[in-house]
Amino acid sequence: MVSAEKKVVTGLDHLNAPTEEIVLDIDDLKKYYPIGGGFSFLGQKQSLKAVDGISFNIRRGETFGLVGESGCGKTTTAKTVLGLEKSTAGTISFEGDDISAMNREGKKNFRSNVQAVFQDPWSSLNPRMRVRSIVGEPLEIATSMTKKAIADRVGDLLTEVGLNPYQANLYPHEFSGGQRQRIGIARSLSLNPELIILDEPVSALDVSIRAQIMNLLVDLQKEHNLSYLLIAHNLATVRYMCHRVGVMYLGKIVETGETDPLFDNAMHPYTKALISAALPSHPDIVREEIILPGEVPSPIDPPSGCTFNPRCPMKIGDICEQLPPKLALEEENHYASCHLYPNSLEAARAADGGVSEVSAEPAVAE
Amino acid sequence: MAEESTQPDVAEDVSVASDHFGASAIQEEIVLEVDDLRTYFATRWGTVKAVDGVSFSLRKGETLGIVGESGSGKSVTSLSLMRLVQSPPGHIVGGRVVLNGRDILQLSEGEMTKVRGGEISMILQDPMSALNPVFDVEDQVGEAIAIHQQVKGKILVNKIVHALRQVRIPAPEMRMKDYPHQLSGGMRQRVVGAIGISSNPSVLIADEPTTSLDVTIQAAYLRLLREIQAESGLGIIFITHDFGIVAKMCDRVGVMYAGRLVETGDVRQIFNSPQHPYTQALISSVPKLEEKTERLYSIEGQPPALYDLPTGCSFAPRCPYVMDICREEFPPVFDQGGSQRAACWQLDGGKRLEEAVPEVAGAGTGV
Repeated sequence: MVSAEKKVVTGLDHLNAPTEEIVLDIDDLKKYYPIGGGFSFLGQKQSLKAVDGISFNIRRGETFGLVGESGCGKTTTAKTVLGLEKSTAGTISFEGDDISAMNREGKKNFRSNVQAVFQDPWSSLNPRMRVRSIVGEPLEIATSMTKKAIADRVGDLLTEVGLNPYQANLYPHEFSGGQRQRIGIARSLSLNPELIILDEPVSALDVSIRAQIMNLLVDLQKEHNLSYLLIAHNLATVRYMCHRVGVMYLGKIVETGETDPLFDNAMHPYTKALISAALPSHPDIVREEIILPGEVPSPIDPPSGCTFNPRCPMKIGDICEQLPPKLALEEENHYASCHLYPNSLEAARAADGGVSEVSAEPAVAE
Repeated sequence: MAEESTQPDVAEDVSVASDHFGASAIQEEIVLEVDDLRTYFATRWGTVKAVDGVSFSLRKGETLGIVGESGSGKSVTSLSLMRLVQSPPGHIVGGRVVLNGRDILQLSEGEMTKVRGGEISMILQDPMSALNPVFDVEDQVGEAIAIHQQVKGKILVNKIVHALRQVRIPAPEMRMKDYPHQLSGGMRQRVVGAIGISSNPSVLIADEPTTSLDVTIQAAYLRLLREIQAESGLGIIFITHDFGIVAKMCDRVGVMYAGRLVETGDVRQIFNSPQHPYTQALISSVPKLEEKTERLYSIEGQPPALYDLPTGCSFAPRCPYVMDICREEFPPVFDQGGSQRAACWQLDGGKRLEEAVPEVAGAGTGV
């Protein structure tokens, strides 16, 4: 068995260097969907906790990646940030202003500045519209530019994403998947946004086209100092494109930090399992596979304590079933939410107010 | 647990070579040989040569990966092996598909019905559309077994339970009463797998069986396939666009571009020294999880339309090393040592082969 030679690579040379200025700040965001409907006894209405108290921020020029498996809440988070879903609790601040407290003008400004690129380039472009209308529509709605100025701007945008200005007269079906994704990117750039939400932007594309699109996104970020929120399930894509990463499980961020420490020294057992399950880039890379028992529990009735405890291969004991862990700084630029780590355990105990006197003595020898 | 014992149970003793799953089950016996397979489609734009002279062979217990992008002809290749190409417009216009010594392209449709799902079977990408929503698991697994093994009653039920147990479905006696919508994605794909292996095929074609699954579920499913292979000596053909699957699962690999295999070889040879520029580009355009990747290589342009292929090498318009001859004549296949073969004019001067037949015996796959 040959293990991968670990290369020491420092810095993120192909990526933009972000500034310290925070563009998007999300604090304790919750999105619950009521279920069942009709009457509820004792006011105890059941709800599906799609996003259950997550916090992160994105700096100007930075890419923050949210990873997790289906149902973990990453897409709901994106929709809530875009304003397509109303949050149940928590705040979303854009450039320092809480978006729920914004006036009409502020909201309009926010919507111009936050754009999205979607996963499926076949369904995200209207087949009845020419490319010039698709890319120019945001300009017609949000600006007072003349038709001539809009046409020029559309031509420039198409050139910028690697298409030809004459292609503005074509319809989406005349393009391949990669070209359509370029059209979607051109549309998202049209209003000079600050933040673009990329929801699985390359997973529907062919392998040889993925690198083209990822490189285009990285280049555009450098050029315009854009901030990205990248939603993805492919860990290698996240590692390539992101400055910082949050790993989600059942509506919560279980581990977050800068990309390199997070991947090179994963802490949370779920992150470790995800990495162990990822496909290798060479036949000689053999990872010890961590097989998680069972399936992701229902977010309607999540397990008590740590929601990962029924599947966790590193479970300590009763404490994992009783005390919900808290995200805490465990090493430089690297946070984890797991009782295995002292700061996280201490934070969880503090939040619990010392009510729970469960011992954290490991019952399992690793 | 089971009545049938057509295949010896060798799970414990296999120790031929080490790989991701600890053991490889490759035996020397060739179960499938494909020679110069050609499948063309008549369309209003002209003849689409979806598969144009594809040759490979598969040994017992071996996993062969066929990698290509959409439109490369990999899925039509797998449908041709099952003789499931819709006709018209599609026709298998040439070649041989020799399965256990018999050319199945020469069989009558009636004979083929017995072979399909019996000696050679298939797992499709989307388990939700591969299963019929109005029949329960017992019916759907039982149908395949009843057709190929002519059993019914209690014996049939036992065989269904056995097939479900082989794909590690917990409590199979209970779960076989479930309908597809009651199962999770991973469990559904296991049911599809159970149908595929229920008649002890010699060859299983897996056409992107895990693309719709989550990573941890995918890992468990791939492991399951390898375990079943070790138990039964199944030969697996993995159709995929993902070099990660190839790295994890395959013993040998064939890279397809525009209807042809442009490079074939042992999986380590292909990863360590890819010879065809397309293979090189594909491998270097995938980001790595294990280390920080500096700027990715990206292949310019799009795969060509199959009804309008360029003269000469189909990859020439996108190739960074293109020469004049590439635009005039399709390159022959050059032997690269071991089992590696590549069709590229860059390799001219090496040993020239007449056709793309990967030589299996004595190839460097003993590891």
